[in-house]
Amino acid sequence: MIPAKFDYVRPSTVDEAVAALVAAGEDAKVLGGGQSLMPVLRLRMGEPSVVVDTTRIDEMKGITDAGDAIVIGAGTTHDAVTKSDLVRQHAALLAAATDTVADRQIRHRGTVGGAMAHADPAGDQPPVALAMGASFTIAGPSGRRTVPASEFFVDYFTTAVGPDEVLVSVSVPKHTGWGAHYEKFNRTAQAWAIVGVAATVRMDGGSIAEAEVGLTNMGPGPVKATAVEQALVGASTMAAITAAASHAAEGTSPNSDIHAESDYREHLARVLTARAVAKAAGIS
Amino acid sequence: MQHITVTVDGTEYQSEVEPRTLLVHWLREGLGKVGTVVGCDTSNCGACTILVDGQSVKSCSMLAVQADGCEITTIQGLSTGDDWHPVQTAFKECHGLQCGYCTPGMVMSTVDLLTENPNPTEEEIRDGIHGNLCRCTGYHNIVKSVKYAADLMGGSK
Repeated sequence: MIPAKFDYVRPSTVDEAVAALVAAGEDAKVLGGGQSLMPVLRLRMGEPSVVVDTTRIDEMKGITDAGDAIVIGAGTTHDAVTKSDLVRQHAALLAAATDTVADRQIRHRGTVGGAMAHADPAGDQPPVALAMGASFTIAGPSGRRTVPASEFFVDYFTTAVGPDEVLVSVSVPKHTGWGAHYEKFNRTAQAWAIVGVAATVRMDGGSIAEAEVGLTNMGPGPVKATAVEQALVGASTMAAITAAASHAAEGTSPNSDIHAESDYREHLARVLTARAVAKAAGIS
Repeated sequence: MQHITVTVDGTEYQSEVEPRTLLVHWLREGLGKVGTVVGCDTSNCGACTILVDGQSVKSCSMLAVQADGCEITTIQGLSTGDDWHPVQTAFKECHGLQCGYCTPGMVMSTVDLLTENPNPTEEEIRDGIHGNLCRCTGYHNIVKSVKYAADLMGGSK
């Protein structure tokens, strides 16, 4: 289908983008890579009067080393993230999850910031951001603010980014040397995760010293599996990992839909958590 | 209307487009590049895959105005005179098509994959083209075609 009519603005700076959003009122949408927004426009599920295209804002592209964190411009493509040595070295879990997003074409256009701001509960990267303690820099009419992942994801498709604000970058604390694995369960190659588990662990000798675990599609937003993380400390065997993973569904509120009932999702969370952690830790 | 300058298959075009015009519609209806087809409305099928600045993109999921200043290759820009691109030759030799509707997208995705990974395993091929659907389900010969193309381009055939 053909999208409904809209006015198009292509700012070259973040300030211009914010000004365009303020001028447009609440009926504007930010166009990042467009891999979520374009289908919405095409199917006329959304008919914004103004589209603010942020793809030509240089500040929002690229990955930089900020000492104890890596900073990823919100407009950096999934493809660039998966190929980044900085990401692979210091945030291996983000690289692993991003590598499973959709397909090559969509990873070439789609952006990490766009996926975070879209906040689909089945999105692969929000649980990584939550598990790893990422923070988000948001620009608005009154300046810039930084929001931790624990406050960024608010509800279904809802984040802390206001209608007159733009997500500028995502900062991920370095997890250098941590093992990582993203375990995604879906029925067909392109499908969204029915459940996904993002796990990254710091090993000390043969046992887990620290673990961070995030869950995909186990509620209205990403879930940090805190009970699992605590139970994993000291684990050095598959039995210990499986025991810790039995806590994976605690505090979750998964949906029932045509793909899975909520209790099946809870079962999947436990099984996939054990697999993800085992692979991240290199324990079998 | 927005003014755009886009290079498509080696020729520079200037055009006035409505912001809501999808890139695939501009290619087909604005330039007559009907080799690039529309197969779905959901971004799933990949039939409309083209290269934008050398990377595969679903042209239904990009606005024409966003292509301003870009270099685009469609299925119609692959051959050199009468000489087919090796990927086109491979799809013919291996019969990598049934009805042929997905073929332009399959070929463009294959060109993109082989640029990044000139010698993919079967698993890498299946993963690399999973953004393209063949509703005839003729995947076996498509995978063979990609492998054959890799061999042709690597000079082993």
